[in-house]
Amino acid sequence: MSTTDLGMPAVRDDSRDTGLPTHSPAGQGHLRGTTSFPRAARTELADTQLRRNLGKATGIIRAKRAGVVAELEDWEDLRLAGSAIKADVMARLPELLEQLEENVTARGGTVHWARDAEEANRIVTELVRATGADEVVKVKSMATQETGLNEALEAAGIAAWETDLAELIVQLGHDTPSHILVPAIHRNRSEIREIFLREMPDVDPALSDDPRALAMAARAHLRRKFLSARVAVSGANFAVADTGTLAVVESEGNGRMCLTLPRTLITLMGVEKLVPTWSDLEVFLQLLPRSSTGERMNPYTSTWTGVTPGDGPQEFHLVLLDNGRSAVLADPDGRAALHCIRCSACLNVCPVYERVGGHAYGSVYPGPIGAVLTPMLTGISGADDPNASLPYASSLCGACFDACPVRIDIPNLLVQQRAASVESHTRPTAQDLAMKAAAVAMTSAGRFRAAEKGLGLGRLLAGREGRITSLPWPASVVASHWTGARDVPAPPAETARQWWERTGGGA
Amino acid sequence: MKIAVMATCLGDALFPQAVQATVQLLQRLGHTVLFPPGQTCCGQMHVNTGYLREAVPVVRHHVEVFGPVAEGTWDAVVAPSGSCTGSVRHQHAVVARRAGDERLAERAEAVAARTFELSELLVDVLGVSDVGAYYPHRVTYHPTCHSLRMLRVGDKPLQLLRAVRGLELVDLPDAEVCCGFGGTFAVKNSDTSTAMLADKMRNVLDTRAEVCTAGDSSCLMHIGGGLGRLRTGVRTVHLAEILASTEATQTPAAAGSPGGVRDEPVEAQR
Repeated sequence: MSTTDLGMPAVRDDSRDTGLPTHSPAGQGHLRGTTSFPRAARTELADTQLRRNLGKATGIIRAKRAGVVAELEDWEDLRLAGSAIKADVMARLPELLEQLEENVTARGGTVHWARDAEEANRIVTELVRATGADEVVKVKSMATQETGLNEALEAAGIAAWETDLAELIVQLGHDTPSHILVPAIHRNRSEIREIFLREMPDVDPALSDDPRALAMAARAHLRRKFLSARVAVSGANFAVADTGTLAVVESEGNGRMCLTLPRTLITLMGVEKLVPTWSDLEVFLQLLPRSSTGERMNPYTSTWTGVTPGDGPQEFHLVLLDNGRSAVLADPDGRAALHCIRCSACLNVCPVYERVGGHAYGSVYPGPIGAVLTPMLTGISGADDPNASLPYASSLCGACFDACPVRIDIPNLLVQQRAASVESHTRPTAQDLAMKAAAVAMTSAGRFRAAEKGLGLGRLLAGREGRITSLPWPASVVASHWTGARDVPAPPAETARQWWERTGGGA
Repeated sequence: MKIAVMATCLGDALFPQAVQATVQLLQRLGHTVLFPPGQTCCGQMHVNTGYLREAVPVVRHHVEVFGPVAEGTWDAVVAPSGSCTGSVRHQHAVVARRAGDERLAERAEAVAARTFELSELLVDVLGVSDVGAYYPHRVTYHPTCHSLRMLRVGDKPLQLLRAVRGLELVDLPDAEVCCGFGGTFAVKNSDTSTAMLADKMRNVLDTRAEVCTAGDSSCLMHIGGGLGRLRTGVRTVHLAEILASTEATQTPAAAGSPGGVRDEPVEAQR
């Protein structure tokens, strides 16, 4: 088996199987919005409450993270170790996945393989149906958000109750998550109070917006679900190949309730979540909490291996999800995107994310990592594909790379995906033509000088004030995006090249 | 030292005063400066917009024009830009390799190894932090993203500014946050870019500085474009212009020389 082809070990009867790694199919799950990023961002930027909520929350998390990261002298070594472990995992993913399957099966679990979102949802739905249950409790999980599992279960008459406080807020608010770690980051406490009063049965009508009061209301609401649910659905932060152990890290303990109380546990996990050995967790259990919540250690770390008779769930299913990951793995330039441990540090430091929030990205994976991972998972179908605009949703400032605990070179991946976006054009766009023309001008000093002559017109426009506040058509069509908020400097009387030719550098 | 100046396309066409200041500063420090006439652009705009294939001939042209530095004909190439230096150092070889041109990639690496951003050249290569400049103004410094996170210039520009006589340096709050320029980002995502610019301008204005400086004309064009539009009375001046200025240039009559005192750098230029 090649090291770049993930492959799916399960024997399948599938006419779509071309033998090549495939992207996540269009129309499935939540990896594609309906509008381009700039248009969606324009709407979000105008939401002043959102701006305030996001600015405040990301500022707090950034400061907390910076504080706990600075405590560790070996932080950079930990990042290198995390990166090296993940690179090793990707280099031998097929082998490690088979090892995981073997160990989970040996300990009494059942492993399922899902090629895409619909297949994953179908497998989980059938597993729940087989138990006779009509409701499940859920541990916060990005994989199930990615596949749209809740909607699929609902369509099958199965209620899915989110038990993570922030996911609960999102679910009760008929909203969608806007952050990988803090899905309700766009809400403040008075908005949460209003959602609880409106949507939570039996809530105290005198509920205040005190964080503790809100948490206690959620606790009372969820406790009933924990005690009655017979099936839990989770994701996983890590899976250890050599022991078959799954791990979930969390802050609230709701996950621990879901992982221990119900009789049946179904875990949906992206295939990239593997680590080779138990001792590798040592690295990630330091990197993840400090990068995500800014804590030295997360309050709850739950691990389980298959089933243990008489203790916890007596039936355990692990659903391994591809949904485009094979295609990412097959791209040697882009494969590092699969190293992501979903900590959200890159979102919290991103000046773009901080201002527009997660919904503008249209995918469950927002922010810098989402802007690369999303189009990599789905592929880019052409200039009109909303995901074609995601790699451009960054000023390439590089703050994401510095924050990434596994050293994913996100700016480089953004550029690679911009190239993929350009290559998806089926006919030349105006930008394509402009770039080609610029390349011609920039490969000859003579042609470049000729292009600079056009600047003389600019001096005319600038007038005596020396600044340009608007441009005439057709330059205005492109440049109005600039002059909407910024003056254009008036072109100088002579270029640097002309000055050098006139003076030889002597003033 | 024999130093070739890489004007950058933006510096050549729109901000020649930063290029001139770079030349004059290095001459004042006793170096021989030359201007390779064939130079055009490093190709960063193409690379960062996703036109990696179109960037190949631009990279090749750059490597040809600045090739003499790889052979030792010149001692160094200097650019008054962290971003363009970053492109030369971190993108050129990648672009060439992606196109399967290993020879070009190796040649690009040899040129990149001797290409420096201005503060790197001064502090690391020439070993000076006091360049003998005089600039009697209240100044705040914006560390541009690519100088900070691609080149890791650290506090070199601040070392240089602290040694300038008469200069009152004030810390910029949230200095390390991007100003929102990002090349074509400012046009393709102009709303988001403007929101970022607004916060940068707020921080600049909070310092009560009269000058915002940086090592990149591109970011200064963005910040200055916003500050100018709102008639804030704060001007943007390239680091090179501050370092080039002396008692002789800092008189009201010399308002148009490096680091001149009006928010009309171009009209006042000649």
